[in-house]
Amino acid sequence: MANKSNNSPLVKKKTMRPVTKQNLITYVMVIAVFTLFQTLSATGNLKYAHKALLVPVCTSIIMAVSLNLVVGVLGELSLGHAGFMCVGAYAGSFFSVLTEDVITVSWLRFILAFVIAAVCASVAGILIGIPVLRLKGDYLAIVTLAFGEIIKTIVNALYIGKDADGFHVTLDSTKLNIAADGQIILKGPQGITGTPKDSNFVVGFILIMITLFIVTNLMDSRTGRAIMSIRDNRIAAESVGIDITKYKLMVFTISAALAGCAGVLYSHNISTLTATTSNFGYNMSILVLVYVVLGGLGNIRGSIISATILYALPELLRGFSEYRMLIYAIILIVMMIVNNGTYFVKIKEKIFYNFSSKIKKDKKEVI
Amino acid sequence: MALLEVKNLGITFGGLKAVDNFNLTLEKGALYGLIGPNGAGKTTVFNLLTGVYKPTSGTFMLDGKEMKGKKPAEINKAGIARTFQNIRLFKNLSVLDNVKVGLHNQMKYSTVAGIFRLPGFFKTEKKMTEKALELLKVFGLDEHADTLASNLPYGKQRKLEIARAIATNPKLLLLDEPAAGMNPNETNELMETIRFVRDHFDLTVLVIEHDMSLVSGICEEITVLNFGTELAKGKTDEVLKNPEVVKAYLGQ
Ligand SMILES: Nc1ncnc2c1ncn2[C@@H]1O[C@H](COP(=O)(O)OP(=O)(O)OP(=O)(O)O)[C@@H](O)[C@H]1O
Ligand SMILES: [Mg+2]
Repeated sequence: MANKSNNSPLVKKKTMRPVTKQNLITYVMVIAVFTLFQTLSATGNLKYAHKALLVPVCTSIIMAVSLNLVVGVLGELSLGHAGFMCVGAYAGSFFSVLTEDVITVSWLRFILAFVIAAVCASVAGILIGIPVLRLKGDYLAIVTLAFGEIIKTIVNALYIGKDADGFHVTLDSTKLNIAADGQIILKGPQGITGTPKDSNFVVGFILIMITLFIVTNLMDSRTGRAIMSIRDNRIAAESVGIDITKYKLMVFTISAALAGCAGVLYSHNISTLTATTSNFGYNMSILVLVYVVLGGLGNIRGSIISATILYALPELLRGFSEYRMLIYAIILIVMMIVNNGTYFVKIKEKIFYNFSSKIKKDKKEVI
Repeated sequence: MALLEVKNLGITFGGLKAVDNFNLTLEKGALYGLIGPNGAGKTTVFNLLTGVYKPTSGTFMLDGKEMKGKKPAEINKAGIARTFQNIRLFKNLSVLDNVKVGLHNQMKYSTVAGIFRLPGFFKTEKKMTEKALELLKVFGLDEHADTLASNLPYGKQRKLEIARAIATNPKLLLLDEPAAGMNPNETNELMETIRFVRDHFDLTVLVIEHDMSLVSGICEEITVLNFGTELAKGKTDEVLKNPEVVKAYLGQ
């Protein structure tokens, strides 16, 4: 034993590790698709309605990849992911509207909006994470679901204005007392209007690349191994000295920050930002979860592909009007069947292992 | 000073005294056995010593430091590592990565260094891989380094669990039925390996085992548990001849 390490096959081998190769394929795929659509769009070969899909697709991809970090890599079911996107969208828009006249360099203001949104969303991630991470499985799912709804309700009730006296924050629109020359930035259910339209496909692409870089490198590192060990066997992970709470909180925070950035991309692509069930409610959270599950738990490339197809499809099918949802349903089913090779089986196993049986197992199993 | 000092340790599950008044002193370097019929409370002792269960009475000290009330991860950092009766590997990770998770607190670099691929990442990862392969080699698992842990045959999974536990650089190693499911040849080989790692890694080993050939083969001393209480304790061959012990096993 204890042979010199350079005798071992793995160290000497100069070939690419499988993980590195898989990640490279993902990067190449994203760059190729981006180049294709950017060219189509620049040469005027893309219909306006389809062009309008480019940024939202990027948003969906970032949402799916960041949720996969929680659901597929850490193995915790979160149904509040849209809540973090909401925090980021409002924080980013608020900042951009507020500083539009002050910071005139739009790209600098936009970068700052991303940073601020990421910080706000990760604070939300930590705040929800601390109490929630004591819970497991279904309980965690229920509480994160409630969290998403609470965030949506709060931003719908909040009024924030600014005048010479500073900020005015209230839940009652009649009590805002803003000076005549002041500016109401957040108007309760009417949301934020006039966010500069800084988002575009290139920004979306860069953000996807940053997300990919962070998530894939994290997964393929000491921290990533610790996170996956918690998913695979919490008790064994603890037994080798892994700090469960620390890594769970870390995953929640990183995932929330990325969702917050997706929110900024979203809110700087539309003129009026409001929080509804379909954009920041549980509908959205569950839709993103569908992307993740169909793309494969822990499979980042799968998340990208399924988020792209499943987001774009209903829009592309608009021409078929009444058959739209029928076709969508059929495609969902086909995707499942196609995945039924080794893939779907694995996903099913993981879902069942991670979610339904987890609580029972933890309770009943004799260690 | 003894490495492990267990005093009057006990735990009750809804009226059932699973372990009662358990005492044990392990000197450094000892190879000690814990035996007893099914349901005697052996695994429960391990769960107490690793912080999985909180004792309802008693205390235990490792190297003179109080361990009672510490969380499993803290206890592992203090120097106690274990394997599980029902194997608990990280199924979706490779054999190599299972051991590297064991090295988590031994070789470190920050999360930031990992994400941004700073020099620390490459340097430490290389060292971790080397160390992990070295450990796998001890258990004859190095050629399976890239295999998924769940794809290993049963006997090798047990060995991988031991390798992963040793990776945490423990002072005390707890093995819960390491020979379960192994044939006599594999068991003999395992005995050799256990002796080897004890000497090579300066370990103290506490082993639960039903296979008496392994117990009498490697354990210098043993404790027999029955219904949660200590039935006998002492030199292995003497204890195994004890009529009370024979009766407890036959009465099963
Ligand atoms: N978490 C628990 N809740 C309730 N009872 C428990 C729990 N853990 C163990 N027990 C009980 O404690 C007793 C001792 O169990 P333990 O698993 O320690 O036995 P063992 O000596 O390891 O047996 P075996 O040889 O079958 O592994 C059993 O009666 C068991 O049912
Ligand atoms: Mg047992």
